[in-house]
Amino acid sequence: MEQSNNLQEQIEMVMHLADNSLIMGHRLSEWTGHGPALEQDIALTNIALDLIGQARLFYQHAAHLLQMQDDKNCLTEDDLAYLRDAPEFKNFLLVELPNNDWGNTILKTFFFSCWQYFYYKSLLNSADEQLVAIAEKSLKEIAYHVRWSSEWVIRLGDGTPESHDKMQHAVWRLWPYTGELTADKPELLECWRQKVIEVFTEATFSTEEKAYMHKGGKQGIHTEHLGYLLAEMQFLQRAYPGCTW
Amino acid sequence: MNEDVLLTTFDEKVAAEIKIEPKDWMPADYRKTLIRQISQHAHSEIVGMLPEANWITRAPSLRRKATLLAKVQDEAGHGLYLYCAAETLNITREEMVSQLLSGTAKYSSIFNYPTLSWADMGAIGWLVDGAAIMNQVPLCRASFAPYARAMVRICKEESFHQRQGYEILLALCNGSKEQKAMAQDALNRWWWPSLMMFGPNDDASPHTAQSMKWKIKRFTNDELRQKFVDVCVPQAALLGINIPDPDLKWNEAKGHYDFGEINWDEFWNVVKGNGPCNRERLAARVKAHEEGAWVREAALAYAHKKENNLTGSKLKRAYEPA
Repeated sequence: MEQSNNLQEQIEMVMHLADNSLIMGHRLSEWTGHGPALEQDIALTNIALDLIGQARLFYQHAAHLLQMQDDKNCLTEDDLAYLRDAPEFKNFLLVELPNNDWGNTILKTFFFSCWQYFYYKSLLNSADEQLVAIAEKSLKEIAYHVRWSSEWVIRLGDGTPESHDKMQHAVWRLWPYTGELTADKPELLECWRQKVIEVFTEATFSTEEKAYMHKGGKQGIHTEHLGYLLAEMQFLQRAYPGCTW
Repeated sequence: MNEDVLLTTFDEKVAAEIKIEPKDWMPADYRKTLIRQISQHAHSEIVGMLPEANWITRAPSLRRKATLLAKVQDEAGHGLYLYCAAETLNITREEMVSQLLSGTAKYSSIFNYPTLSWADMGAIGWLVDGAAIMNQVPLCRASFAPYARAMVRICKEESFHQRQGYEILLALCNGSKEQKAMAQDALNRWWWPSLMMFGPNDDASPHTAQSMKWKIKRFTNDELRQKFVDVCVPQAALLGINIPDPDLKWNEAKGHYDFGEINWDEFWNVVKGNGPCNRERLAARVKAHEEGAWVREAALAYAHKKENNLTGSKLKRAYEPA
């Protein structure tokens, strides 16, 4: 009984990680072809690609665990990504928020990448070997995402008065969605905060300590934005069910 | 050295297949032709990202989504090498981009057609990248070295994209009735615009003769177009979909396929800006450029502050008590 509870929890955790990477990657992929400079278009597309790659590994692993739980569960990565509705998605609210301007997207990437970095480090101690392998591979990519997004947060925060202003607005907009990342995990919160404060200091702006923190993503209670994202992403699979693409 | 001697040396080098490097003397028209061609090619890569990016968020599987993202990213990379190759001819990327955005520079007309279904991702890979490869493989031997070097790398990636596109169509043609109909519809819409990618007929192509003499171009438009048709016919047959040309048939005497007349009215209309998406494509580039202005300005301002040791954190530290 305890073992099956553990398996259920493990599945939920892997699905949560998969959903985060997929929805974040999907949002970033909306920028492809529309970035502010060619080099930055390439860089952000690269991060989107890494995240979609991570999502695939997590979904494949989740499908395997689901089959361990019940032999009749023969699901693929695409079943999990394309055939679940919004309440079944367990990603953080932060990742499903619209991109808004480039600065907002950069800040969102920075918050999320820092969370990924510290959380995936803790996964390296997991008893699940597959999860450790995915975390190890992903951490190499994430270290770059953290570096790249930090550099841009600093550049835009300390660039021109206009860019500083836009970034400060992005902080106001996004900060209330960061509480969910580290809820009930004080050690993770400490590492995440330290990194954020270090970068914010360089970028010459402050955190929003008093902001109310939204949550619900992990429980499947989302913002209005996720439904539209899924409607677009899942369109072909829903319109032509049962096809191979 | 006087200009005649320089010109003779240049002509001899080109005739002997010795590559021209950016520092070498070259005729002004040669430089102008190359800037026009390479920047048009770069713009085509960048504008060409748009019709395919249109399906990234709707790709039907995670694998397809990842490969499409990677493909569009490759195109951005091609644009980047080509802008760099053109910059060796004494023009800046900013100048080239402003020519694109003001509408004075051209890009390949094919990207002014809309992508209406997922099958279009297959058709673009198979036909558009296929036609591009026909045009571009000979450019790996172009007389101007930086262009030739950029093309070697680009052609390797393009041939990979072409296989991916064909594979998308193969999956559709082996799928449901609706999927196969999607593939046929895409072929119907993309076939003729792909043939137009080779440009006007040889007798109406003003730049061909000079470009061939300079060994920038190695084959004429009609030669390449014929080669493309000959390659595509059996590939369409393997997919089990029909090329929309009633005049297409094997000509035993010529050893080539005969094919119907291209609608040159449509061709010139799209060139002149009246294609289905000319305005949208340019508007999308202008929007990205304008909305990205504050980001580029901030990056410059920050780089300048950093150079002069004036970044915010340093300033703050300087005022803090020791």
